[in-house]
Amino acid sequence: MDAHTKRIIKVNTEKFIFHAVVILLGFIMLYPILWMISNSFKTSAEIFGNSSLIPQSLRWDNYVRGWKFNNAITFGTFFKNSLFYTVVATFGAVMSSAIVAYGFARIPFKGRSFWYACMFVTLMLPYQVVMVPQFIIFHRIGWVNTFLPLIVPHFGGVGFFIFLMVQFIRQIPMELDNAAKIDGCNRPMIFSYVVFPLIKPSLITAVIFSFYWRWDDFLGPLLYLNRPRQFTVSLALRMFSDPQSSTDWPAIFSMGTLSLIPVVLVFIIFQKYIVEGMVTTGIKG
Amino acid sequence: MGKKQSGALSNASLPLTRGARRARLMTSVSGYAFISPWLIGFLAFSVIPILFSLYYSFTQYDILASPVFNGLANFKRMSSDTLFWQSLKVTFFYAFVSVPLRLVFAFFVAMLFNRGTRAIRFYQMIYYLPSIVGGSIAIAVMWRRLFMADGAINAFLNAIGIPASTSWIGNPDTAIWTLIILAVWQFGSSMLIFLAGLRQVPKDYYEAAEIDGAGRVKRFVHITLPQMTPVIFFNLIMQLINGFTVFTQAFVVSGGMGDPLNSTLVYALYLYQRAFKYYEMGYSSAMAWILVLIIGVMTAIIFKTSDNWVFYETKEGK
Repeated sequence: MDAHTKRIIKVNTEKFIFHAVVILLGFIMLYPILWMISNSFKTSAEIFGNSSLIPQSLRWDNYVRGWKFNNAITFGTFFKNSLFYTVVATFGAVMSSAIVAYGFARIPFKGRSFWYACMFVTLMLPYQVVMVPQFIIFHRIGWVNTFLPLIVPHFGGVGFFIFLMVQFIRQIPMELDNAAKIDGCNRPMIFSYVVFPLIKPSLITAVIFSFYWRWDDFLGPLLYLNRPRQFTVSLALRMFSDPQSSTDWPAIFSMGTLSLIPVVLVFIIFQKYIVEGMVTTGIKG
Repeated sequence: MGKKQSGALSNASLPLTRGARRARLMTSVSGYAFISPWLIGFLAFSVIPILFSLYYSFTQYDILASPVFNGLANFKRMSSDTLFWQSLKVTFFYAFVSVPLRLVFAFFVAMLFNRGTRAIRFYQMIYYLPSIVGGSIAIAVMWRRLFMADGAINAFLNAIGIPASTSWIGNPDTAIWTLIILAVWQFGSSMLIFLAGLRQVPKDYYEAAEIDGAGRVKRFVHITLPQMTPVIFFNLIMQLINGFTVFTQAFVVSGGMGDPLNSTLVYALYLYQRAFKYYEMGYSSAMAWILVLIIGVMTAIIFKTSDNWVFYETKEGK
């Protein structure tokens, strides 16, 4: 065997080990999710003490039972609530973050660095500090049991997204802005026609994060929504699986599986932008 | 006042013409117009609540009656509140175990994926998926089921010949570990940030090192690691803050009470209970400020030591 063949074999063995390790680890990573999906098709008895991923037969009636929830309200209502809250809050968060980010990145106004520093501090502030007084304020103005406390704050922009977009805008050459200015554009026009279309990767990154943070949000709905008719999917799932009552596990897993679909869809459609969005933020100093 | 303002600006020595002053004013007006959504939100949803929270922390307040000022009573009460100390203990343990584990995994997998194989994008997606769905209630509920006495973990252990029948979530010694594993399992977003960092390490550094005969380990220790320290620094601070404020997973996995025997009573969960189960708004506000203090001190320590271990390249021009 000559040296060349030896090297090819070595490279190929390395490759094989790499793929084998990655796939094995990946399977372990995915196992809990696959197990939940598989459980959504099993009978109650089949779930107990069984780690197999293949159900004996596909029990679609779990989905029918799960969807019906308590007969008065179905999961259709919860999905509608979650979708409404998630989409409106995400729209507000992303649009206003972009506008604010443009202000911070491109306009040298007085006090800019002070306010930018304030924004950074709020990034580090635990939500627990504002949780109680926010609740009391929203309680006073009669916003409890409405979606307003969950939606309105997002229209002020989200610190993390603003930071992401400021970093992104700073990498767009200033010459583009200046050229637009010479062509007679004012700042709102430069923002809408020049900068906004160019920061697409960071917008999409923000959309993905916002969508899945809002969709999964539990604490917010737990604090502000008390009427079952207003429940989001996460709140309903939690009530569904109350440890105090006897639990219909296959039905819960069926609705749990459905609850993952919107997030996974958004992720699959946009995932190629995530790494791009992060690479270009230049988090690395 | 106009003169005072211009003192900080670059062409301060020149007296401003009327036009220039007007232009500067217009710049400020449009700047504030653009950041106004954030500014209004910041005042309404951060500054005002923070001031209220500070005030409440020195009061006894149950929402129904007006707050009653009681000085440092809330903070004194903490010192003898065994559940408060328990929640601190649980949270420190959770954060100090799960964050390093998570970062090591994230870094390891990012290193693994930092090569040009066609399948990488697919692998990346699989490894990131648990983080995408991991924050959801569905996963938390499933996790609880997974670690029950008759759950899949025991079934799997039995299948490979390790007899196991304990309820991992029902045992005070192991319950917190189910939360730690859940946190480590979701290393995806740290991994992506590491990956983004790894791709920015200049290729010629490695080429130069290879010519000098540096092996894999040497290249890792002398190039990759120092180049990645700013990213490690960023991830460490973000993840620690996340770790200290964990709530949802603990709430669901522990049945909302920090069961069993308060072994999963994380700080945010106890704070929530005080506020919204017992309506002790003053006490929970005081607890929130202790949390700020803890996070502040930790961040300060990391920042202080960062001069010694975080490596920044001097950037020219930019």
